[in-house]
Amino acid sequence: MSRLEDVFAASSKKALLMPYTTGGYPGMHECRHVMESFISGGADMIELGVPFSDPLADGPVVQASSQRALEQGVTPDDVLTLASEFSARIPIVLMVYYNCVFAYGQDRFIEAAAAAGVNGLIVPDLPVDEATEFMVSCRERGVDPILLVAPTSPDDRIDLIAENASGFIYCVSVTGVTGARTSLSDQLPAFLERVRARTRVPLAVGFGVSTPEHAAEVARHADGVIIGSRLISLVSDAQDIDIAGRAVEHFLKEVNEVLE
Amino acid sequence: MTIPARFGPYGGRYVPETVIPALDELTAAYGRLKDDSAFQAEFESLLKDFVGRPTPLYFAARLTAKLGGPHIYLKREDLCHTGAHKINNTVGQLLLAAEMGKTRIIAETGAGQHGVATATAAALFGIPCAIYMGVKDIARQELNVVRMKLLGAEVLPVDSGSKSLKDAMNEAIRDWVSNVEHTYYVIGSVAGPAPYPALVRDFQSVIGREAREQILAAEKKLPTELIACVGGGSNAMGLFAAFLDDEVGMIGVEAAGEGLESGKHGASIERGRRGVLHGSMSYILQDAYGQILEAHSISAGLDYPGVGPEHSWLHDEGRVRYDSVTDAEALAAFTMLSETEGIIPALESSHAIAWLARHAGDYGRDDVVIVNLSGRGDKDVHQAARALGIME
Ligand SMILES: Cc1ncc(COP(=O)(O)O)c(C=O)c1O
Repeated sequence: MSRLEDVFAASSKKALLMPYTTGGYPGMHECRHVMESFISGGADMIELGVPFSDPLADGPVVQASSQRALEQGVTPDDVLTLASEFSARIPIVLMVYYNCVFAYGQDRFIEAAAAAGVNGLIVPDLPVDEATEFMVSCRERGVDPILLVAPTSPDDRIDLIAENASGFIYCVSVTGVTGARTSLSDQLPAFLERVRARTRVPLAVGFGVSTPEHAAEVARHADGVIIGSRLISLVSDAQDIDIAGRAVEHFLKEVNEVLE
Repeated sequence: MTIPARFGPYGGRYVPETVIPALDELTAAYGRLKDDSAFQAEFESLLKDFVGRPTPLYFAARLTAKLGGPHIYLKREDLCHTGAHKINNTVGQLLLAAEMGKTRIIAETGAGQHGVATATAAALFGIPCAIYMGVKDIARQELNVVRMKLLGAEVLPVDSGSKSLKDAMNEAIRDWVSNVEHTYYVIGSVAGPAPYPALVRDFQSVIGREAREQILAAEKKLPTELIACVGGGSNAMGLFAAFLDDEVGMIGVEAAGEGLESGKHGASIERGRRGVLHGSMSYILQDAYGQILEAHSISAGLDYPGVGPEHSWLHDEGRVRYDSVTDAEALAAFTMLSETEGIIPALESSHAIAWLARHAGDYGRDDVVIVNLSGRGDKDVHQAARALGIME
């Protein structure tokens, strides 16, 4: 079993708390501070994004954070450095668009991620059909390729994804891009039951999960809760990084309460 | 017939899982209708009576005399309804969308020609339509913005990134991901995830089929060479496709902008590296880390850091030669064709003319070339007037 699956298996929580932030946002130092707040807020894993110029699966909040990080000169190597600084303390999953992997050299990138202690790689624009070599390369290096399923995925595609999945399956909660939302889709439970019936790999839910109430709802049907845009907004709305860190920690503790 | 998803190593479907089922649905629908005689008959009848096809293959006698090189023929896509080749593709895709029961149309646009062509076809089919356009392009292609609005389309300004075609396409893809169940995405060039590159090429291939017949009738032989500008590459693929098995040379002309050395250009094949943008593997302009670079061209339709995957393959195979011309050369050709032939070309098409002007001396007097005049220049007159100092 992979380290990620071990973490799911070992936890007594209703669902794991998996906060996301864009690596190097709003700066490298500030990002470290945010990641510390993730840990003190009770995160079970951290999802770290590699900033990309054209993040087409992301809504305005993650887009803006990505652009800001790029303006600060943040590179994939910088994000790997952040991962390596934290990976001894908490599992790290990288979210990276395929062109950054490809430009780095696919094997070389996965090698570098493994060396930084990264446990899983999410590539939102690399569907399972295009991921054959990528998945082999990940497995050779002990990194889980994290595949996504969407509410639009028919059963035969869910089966294909489940056959190839390890670590966890990233269930996209909405037909859409990332971004905070006021309510979850009322079709989410049925979607998650459909996936659950077809695999034993842990299920984590992201895209739009924004409140403790959302997290509680997700935890009834899945094993992990991914929160991104809401946390990035807490950071961008704060006057300074200390206030941001406290807001993030406070919010995550609230979420954690419903997950305990 | 199967629809190719790859051209050598290029192409593929590098998009979020959410839209993969929609691409499967589109592939299946197109696979079914591609060889369906009723569908083809309807497409042909629209091309004839709505688009105004066949377009002439015009012997440009004065340009031929002026340049002193080969016999020059112009494939007059500028005479298509709405003023560019783009409408061939949008009429085809709207027919597909209607067959598939889609109730909303979206598209991206750079120069606005594809936006206008999509809005036009959507009006024809009575389906609501939204067009994403970068704010930089909205500023320089005002006429087309007004046209789209008159046609009943909603024009959605895109303010992110380079504020141009690349970002309009990002935003259109995000919209599609969010509304995929009932929305049809009309991609405007031979780019994007499979099956779009093959599908758009097929709808545009009428250009080359006509040109091949027309040149055989006029010259009793095949041309020496075909010349077309390349943004995403749809007018070029449309012309080239019918000649790929012939002994006919082909030149794809990219935008060299302010010069390849300036870094401000749109020469994805000449100066790009292999990578993934907007759903397909192709040559793209990118930095060492895979961040996509801003393209630059005086012509909004060539201002794109990628290129259709089939062009990347034709380049690697050595079947098509790719070269580039600068903004200044394109402007000179814009003026030259206007004065010599009484045809104001689009700035995009001016790139193809400019390449020929530069290379006319390399041909013999018996050589015959066809230049794809992909569009007319009405949309560009303000910008050209400013650049040429005719107007403030
Ligand atoms: C007249 C004209 N020619 C060429 C192009 C470039 O596109 P493509 O390379 O797909 O033909 C455009 C795009 O807007 C255009 O309007």
